[in-house]
Amino acid sequence: MAEAETPVAPEKPEPVRVYRHRLPVRIWHWINALTLLILLMSGLMIFNAHPRLYWGEYGANFDRAWLVIGSTADTGYLRVGNWRIDTTGVLGRWTDAQGATKTWAFPGWATIPTSYSLADGRRWHLLFAWLLSVGLALYMLWTLLGGHLRKDLHVRRAEWSPRHIWHDAKDHARLRFPKGEAAARYGILQKLSYIGVIFVALPLMIATGLTMSPGMNAAWPWLLDLFGGRQSARSIHFITAWALVAFFLVHIAMVLLAGPANEIRSMVTGWFRLPQERET
Amino acid sequence: MSDIILPRRELIARAGGLVAAAGALPLLAGCDVINDAPAVRKILSMGEEMNRASQRALIDRNALAREFSRADLSPYFRPNGTRLPAGADYAAHAASGFAEWRVKVSGLVARPLSLSLADIRAMEQRTQITRHDCVEGWSAIGQWTGVQLDRILEAAGVRDGARYIVFRCADRIGDALYYESCDMIDARHPQTILAWALNGAVLPIANGAPLRLRIERQLGYKHAKYVNAIEAVASLDGIGAGKGGYWEDRVDYEWYAGI
Repeated sequence: MAEAETPVAPEKPEPVRVYRHRLPVRIWHWINALTLLILLMSGLMIFNAHPRLYWGEYGANFDRAWLVIGSTADTGYLRVGNWRIDTTGVLGRWTDAQGATKTWAFPGWATIPTSYSLADGRRWHLLFAWLLSVGLALYMLWTLLGGHLRKDLHVRRAEWSPRHIWHDAKDHARLRFPKGEAAARYGILQKLSYIGVIFVALPLMIATGLTMSPGMNAAWPWLLDLFGGRQSARSIHFITAWALVAFFLVHIAMVLLAGPANEIRSMVTGWFRLPQERET
Repeated sequence: MSDIILPRRELIARAGGLVAAAGALPLLAGCDVINDAPAVRKILSMGEEMNRASQRALIDRNALAREFSRADLSPYFRPNGTRLPAGADYAAHAASGFAEWRVKVSGLVARPLSLSLADIRAMEQRTQITRHDCVEGWSAIGQWTGVQLDRILEAAGVRDGARYIVFRCADRIGDALYYESCDMIDARHPQTILAWALNGAVLPIANGAPLRLRIERQLGYKHAKYVNAIEAVASLDGIGAGKGGYWEDRVDYEWYAGI
């Protein structure tokens, strides 16, 4: 029939929009993203000044290191304990943008600044450490007082069941994400990882960072007891930094898989479009 | 299954894009331009001022750095900085066991002094086992014996108006002699000593013989070695490049190195 041939756009239901992230979450998220990137890259520069890690109070070149990034005449390597892997081209021995061979641990593209400067790396690191610390303190306060913890991050009793956690883990592994109303709320693994970052990993970074300060050691000597010495604190600082990198990678993967435009928009404007149930 | 495979492909494509973006060289060059901009350097140096002010507010002026036992000593104390000062002058001093070595105390003092090692050893001594933290990240524990700087400053009678103590050294790095400085809080601190012994033996040359500063609440480069002059001054202007130390002048290390 003639009428039927006229193209009529099928009635598409308006997506349901929910206000998902309040302003403090969004502001802190983006400030923190930049701050952590700068802290990581300047931290790798500082590590390059002495690319060896120890346990205990002391540790220098003549002492046994549990982790070393080093170089031989023509290779770069990473050694952890007795396990050693060739990392030529990436760690220990690499080629810079001008084609020159360098033997610093982390390559120039991963550090601030790109060429070796412990002094500049420290300047960036120790300034942005303030931004991280003050930002985290304010955010924690808001999380506790503003209801973010109670409303969004609080793990309910039913969620603690191993069956529920396993179910959520399986869904994540199969890249099956919640649809409709459920998508607006955090899942159990999401809650645990955000709580882990805000209340465990970031405070640990700050505390182990302060433990490396000889001034702070005089003010708060218990920091040394808490972490088992300055070099242990340095090792924990390094490990936790990579745990945060691991969080970042999973976080980014989840954002990309769950719909990057919608996820990023919601972290900018606060508004999230509920993903529709698929009909098939 | 098909609805699972699609996003994976998408992920790989997007990840590839990210890697390409991260590898973009202009971006990296841009980072270094930012790093070198004068305004940025001004902002970056705010961190040092915040650290100094907050640590000075937080740390009691007499709070001690942790002292350890002999069981905690590093098997080998790694030297920092110069290992052997160049020049015939220093070599002659070393050959004679530093018998002629003098530490001149001058500047804003009532009684300028010229102290021999014997003079210094005749004063009341302090022995402390402390951890040395290099700015690079390593640490070594050593036992130091020497005289508290405070006693020397008392003997010289530091005048009002002196705000800093400058330490002159016999080691030359490149074009200039090493030097360092600290404020009066650290200068008067009970653990701030001029040490002549390490681990119960006379200080080795690599560790700063015959005298080195121990300033235990700050990083290693503040611990001036081969000290031959101490000056009380009102301002650091006009000394070196005016930033209070050899590395501070040259590579922008922090003058306050408590962190």
